[in-house]
Amino acid sequence: MTEPVIEIPIDRKIDTSHMKVTDEVAIQITGMNKWYGTFHVLRDINMTVNRGERIVVCGPSGSGKSTLIRCINRLEEHQKGQIIVDGTELTSDLKNIDKVRSEVGMVFQHFNLFPHLTILENCTLAPIWVRKVPKREAEETAMHFLEKVKIPEQALKYPGQLSGGQQQRVAIARSLCMKPRIMLFDEPTSALDPEMIKEVLDTMIALAEEGMTMICVTHEMGFAQAVANRVVFMDQGQIVEQNEPRAFFNNPKSERTKLFLSQILGH
Amino acid sequence: MSNIESHTIAYVRDTMIPEQDPPITESGAIKWLRDNLFSGWLNTVLTLLSLLVIWWAIAAIGPWLWNTVWNAGSLRECREALGGTSGACFAVINDRWHQLMFGFYPPRLYWRPVLAFVLLFVALSPILFTNLPRKLLYFSAAYPFIAYHLLWGGSIWLPIGAALGFVAGIVAFAIVRKINGLAAIFAAVIAPVFWWLFLAGPFDATMSSILPLGLEFVRSDRFGGFLISLVIGVTGISLSLPLGILLALGRQSDMVFVKSVCVIFIEFIRGVPLITLLFTASLLLNYFLPPGTSFDLILRVIIMVTLFAAAYMAEVIRGGLAALPRGQYEAADALGLDYWKAQRLIIMPQALKISIPGIVNTFIGLFKDTTLVVFIGLLDPIGLSNAIRADTDWQGIYWELFIFIGALFFVFCFGISRYSMYLERKLKTDHR
Ligand SMILES: Nc1ncnc2c1ncn2[C@@H]1O[C@H](COP(=O)(O)OP(=O)(O)OP(=O)(O)O)[C@@H](O)[C@H]1O
Ligand SMILES: [Mg+2]
Repeated sequence: MTEPVIEIPIDRKIDTSHMKVTDEVAIQITGMNKWYGTFHVLRDINMTVNRGERIVVCGPSGSGKSTLIRCINRLEEHQKGQIIVDGTELTSDLKNIDKVRSEVGMVFQHFNLFPHLTILENCTLAPIWVRKVPKREAEETAMHFLEKVKIPEQALKYPGQLSGGQQQRVAIARSLCMKPRIMLFDEPTSALDPEMIKEVLDTMIALAEEGMTMICVTHEMGFAQAVANRVVFMDQGQIVEQNEPRAFFNNPKSERTKLFLSQILGH
Repeated sequence: MSNIESHTIAYVRDTMIPEQDPPITESGAIKWLRDNLFSGWLNTVLTLLSLLVIWWAIAAIGPWLWNTVWNAGSLRECREALGGTSGACFAVINDRWHQLMFGFYPPRLYWRPVLAFVLLFVALSPILFTNLPRKLLYFSAAYPFIAYHLLWGGSIWLPIGAALGFVAGIVAFAIVRKINGLAAIFAAVIAPVFWWLFLAGPFDATMSSILPLGLEFVRSDRFGGFLISLVIGVTGISLSLPLGILLALGRQSDMVFVKSVCVIFIEFIRGVPLITLLFTASLLLNYFLPPGTSFDLILRVIIMVTLFAAAYMAEVIRGGLAALPRGQYEAADALGLDYWKAQRLIIMPQALKISIPGIVNTFIGLFKDTTLVVFIGLLDPIGLSNAIRADTDWQGIYWELFIFIGALFFVFCFGISRYSMYLERKLKTDHR
């Protein structure tokens, strides 16, 4: 088996000219462990992410994928080991946490837009209050990114008036307005209908084409095949296997990975 | 056309049917009557019964209200004017309305509470209606000091000195914040306290001797009637909301000490009847205060009423907070908003919106509870109705006084309720 087994979600050719993995380390996780009470969720995670990498994290439900990427911007606290993001170590020091959070964008499964604010206000809120950008400038930036995710005409509506796919694209634009250097995605398409999945994946691919460092938890294997430079497979709180996508899909090493792939690809 | 054919034979419409009016029984008054009053025999019976009850009520009260005597000096004159027929004697309101409104406030100074009342609406307007010029908020901030001075009078330098304490706090905060955020909060608390304790007194004294400005002083025991209800109610309402928010946040806090203080406070205050708190205010509080300080009774009552309402408010707001999905907190965190910014910009606007009905409930409850102060000797409208009856002229009159007092309370509470419905409609952005 040499040909890709998975359908690529978009019809256009992907422009790889800016997708360059550099030597600069963006995220360094060493010997990281996390418990929920007595439950050992994450066990001895070691992972280095270089700037420009596009990593897809997959694995069965409950394997700790969300917990892992939520540790990277400290939505969850780890108890052992070290996480260094952009040279800043995540400890209980609030200053460091705020610094990391303003450098790292995050997109959630359920969008988590602010329902009491318009789309434009959703996008300008953090730049104005965290980065202290003047309102006019923040609005210009917001419109720029809303155009990029192809919904500038919705700027004055409220999130409740948008479709799921549109809301998720707003959520991506909202993160981008903070000009993050790293983007985290936690199953951004799994609450969406197929047609909307395509819109959102399109947006994410466009982001990858611009050279953004991304970590995506997703089951969209077509996306992994098309843009990821590395696929990480997790099970029971551990990283079981990681490889570049072609080798990962065509030639999985671990039994667990084989089982998972056969289930998810349906053969 | 058989059933099978209708499925199998192709059909294309060639003329479109224009829009038509619904049949007459489906619109207008007839439809409304049928849908709302006579839809089914049970509803018809209920409608007829309700009409009967309304008729009885009107037949019983109508003539009495209709036969009102408006001008009389005493209940006896009223009875003579009625000449044996049944009728109300609202002459008592005509005779004593100024007492019901102002208590024993000096009549030549009535313009002061009236002006304070009018200015109250000016001060409230930018808070209630966000489309008004934002500059008006400066007036709202100054209003408590203006109202205090108008109502109680005395040297103008006292409220100015008190206001300067807040200015000192803001200035201290702005200066220290450039150095350290946490220290700035301490500075913002310590600077005004220091000012009030050590500098406000001398400031008042010196300024008064240089430039003695002010209004005639009115003692608290001259206050009464709706004046007292409004002073206690409005102050209690405007202080209990922020205090309630802080208590609700404290109760959710991770800091054990803050959390337990808030929980104990809320549970204690909620577990005790307001009337005992008012008695505490009137009797016990004096023991705790340094000897020689005479602490105004109205002020003590305001403090107790505020604390009481704040405890309820905290629980109402906690309900709103609990209704917010965790994703809202996470999204705010992930964007790098700190705790206070997240609370102010994301969490509170939504939690308060959800809690509007509960908050308004508490406000209305607080306003009506101000009538309890009659038991500690303050002359609110109920207290004054007793005083009016104690006069031989009006001995034996009940209904007219209570109807009048009830109507006035109703106007205020209904106004609050209507405004809250307007606010709910305006803030509705979820479109689901
Ligand atoms: N707040 C929590 N308290 C206790 N246990 C938790 C908590 N959050 C998650 N868990 C548990 O930790 C494990 C890992 O959860 P996590 O959400 O990271 O899984 P996941 O790989 O993202 O799964 P899914 O694909 O379903 O999203 C699960 O067994 C889950 O039950
Ligand atoms: Mg998950």
